[in-house]
Amino acid sequence: MEKIRHISGSIIGLPANDIDTDQIIPARFLKVTDKAGLGKAAFCDWRYLEDGETPNPAFILNQPAYAGASVLVAGNNFGCGSSREHAPWALLGAGFNAVISTDFADIFRNNALKNGLLPIVVDRDTQQQLFSLADEDPGTTVSVDVEAQELTLPDGRRVNFPLDGFSKYCLLHGVDQLGYLLALEDDVLAYEAGNPQRVTTTD
Amino acid sequence: MTDNGRPRTLFEKVWNAHTVREQSDDSPAVLYIDLHLVHEVTSPQAFSMLRERGLMVRRPEQTIGTMDHSTPTTPRNELGIIPIADAMAAKQLDTFSRNCSDFGIPMYALGDEHQGIVHVIGPEKGLTQPGMTIVCGDSHTSTHGAFGALAFGIGTSEVGHVLATQTLLQNKPRTMAVNVEGRLGEGVTAKDIILAIIARIGIGGGTGQVFEYRGEAIRSLGMEGRMTVCNMSIEGGARAGMVAPDDTTFEYMVGRQHAPSGADWDAAMAYWRTLPTDDGAAFDQQITLSADELIPMITYGTNPGMGMPIDGAVPAPADEPDFNKKTALDKALAYMDLSPGQRLLGKAIDVVFIGSCTNSRITDLRQAASFIEGRKVADSVRMMVVPGSQQVKKQAESEGLDDIFRAAGAEWREAGCSMCIAMNGDQLQPGQYAVSTSNRNFEGRQGKGGRTFLASPLTAAASAVSGVVADPRVLLAD
Repeated sequence: MEKIRHISGSIIGLPANDIDTDQIIPARFLKVTDKAGLGKAAFCDWRYLEDGETPNPAFILNQPAYAGASVLVAGNNFGCGSSREHAPWALLGAGFNAVISTDFADIFRNNALKNGLLPIVVDRDTQQQLFSLADEDPGTTVSVDVEAQELTLPDGRRVNFPLDGFSKYCLLHGVDQLGYLLALEDDVLAYEAGNPQRVTTTD
Repeated sequence: MTDNGRPRTLFEKVWNAHTVREQSDDSPAVLYIDLHLVHEVTSPQAFSMLRERGLMVRRPEQTIGTMDHSTPTTPRNELGIIPIADAMAAKQLDTFSRNCSDFGIPMYALGDEHQGIVHVIGPEKGLTQPGMTIVCGDSHTSTHGAFGALAFGIGTSEVGHVLATQTLLQNKPRTMAVNVEGRLGEGVTAKDIILAIIARIGIGGGTGQVFEYRGEAIRSLGMEGRMTVCNMSIEGGARAGMVAPDDTTFEYMVGRQHAPSGADWDAAMAYWRTLPTDDGAAFDQQITLSADELIPMITYGTNPGMGMPIDGAVPAPADEPDFNKKTALDKALAYMDLSPGQRLLGKAIDVVFIGSCTNSRITDLRQAASFIEGRKVADSVRMMVVPGSQQVKKQAESEGLDDIFRAAGAEWREAGCSMCIAMNGDQLQPGQYAVSTSNRNFEGRQGKGGRTFLASPLTAAASAVSGVVADPRVLLAD
């Protein structure tokens, strides 16, 4: 994984609460066997008209003023529902590298962090302020300092966001978690020696 | 069973028994995984990761595969084969077969007599057992918590972690006791309990938590009802939901293929008996519902938290003081083409779907069939019945349930996820309304533009024969 220390980009708002992973990437796009090409399908059913191809001009992602936006500001409880990791893959593929909300569904949050998509939790007031800014002034940018766990708003105000120490370390150093787990082989062997194998699928 | 005399919850006991490394300020806990379930949709990229790094599956004998999500449920041809019309699905299923074969993972292929929805076959085959840790790249893995296992959905990167190491990095969740006291009335089921819980706490109400379902109404449920409740824990935001194992659990397990037997059974029972939450153990949060007051539930909106008693009225966005919630409700009602104050009883529907990992087991099918028997599906309604597994299908056929459904005008299909996720061609057409026994009413979940009312198998069956959203209690009284 690449190291991520700072990001900055222009914001775009999707103020609905509870945007589920079926909206982020509908299930019919999950018949793939790799991660490529999912960006086109991000928010597919909101983004395209009936034919599934023609951009829906009413949807904010298609509005020229927001072209190139890379920080998504979303309603509460973003990423609920299905565990599909295709959701962060699709968001990254669509050019996003951070999502800001008041809270994230657990599995989405885990999946996002493993792929270098930053889930940034802010309070209600900050979220609402960002919605207003995105609405009134397309192209408004924010920046994120991962080390300091700080989001800098367009007015210069700095807001801290929570990030567990392990995820932060992995982001800053580009560490991949599988490597970390593989290095614990001795601990796993010790666990297995001290505990029964509870089920066997092969007999 | 206490830890230094401190009473512990069911969750804590299972968590502690699987901790390879304790959580610290610097890193999450490392949890050992007893059973890993894999399917075709969320595993290919994980297997690719293993191949890229030259890794093996650490414990293929603790891993099992089944095809379910993208599989067709259309009837078998004259050769007994279920044809796959979709080329992408065929490629994904083929990739899955090759991955399981190359890495030595036992797998039930499409049409195999043990194939079925991953959360149906685990319990059915006795693989799901009390006190285990169980994961799968599927959010409805919470289903297996009905046995007192700690079971939760994971992403594809984590599928790779478990394949390669049999462990997962996890931050310890908080706990919520969900007490359901009293008794359910006639026509009210496990599905109504969980829809009522989610309507109360909201779709994000359980984020960061593990639920333990407790109380007389939960104890009175059979294993399949408990699975229905635990299945939808994720729809309340909780990754896992658990029910303490008891005699109902043990009776269900006796004699199943992978359940322990002989001396192993006794040893397992000794462990299982220690699992229930100790008296006086503390939960981070508690809620209590009264089963006596429950009536059949139905959803009106575009997430499972937007539910109400079936005789209720659709809420008005104007009454919602919270701007974000008002926006979501406005959007939901526009998508569903419903008006504030509208009642759903009597609302015309197009499709009834009975199936999914929530409600496709034999008791679900028996309930629906007992209702359908001697009645006809309304002419305006397409009713699909999709058993959760080939074993459920076989059992249902041995009881003649398939004949009852067919005689009423319903379709009797092969096993799979089907219209719950609409990946396999089984889908709603734009604008159609469905009463569905599945778990998600998200926009487009059952087909682009489709509109879903989530309900119990009884409510679904009552609606199928009525042609409109119907209260099963009224017809039961006939």
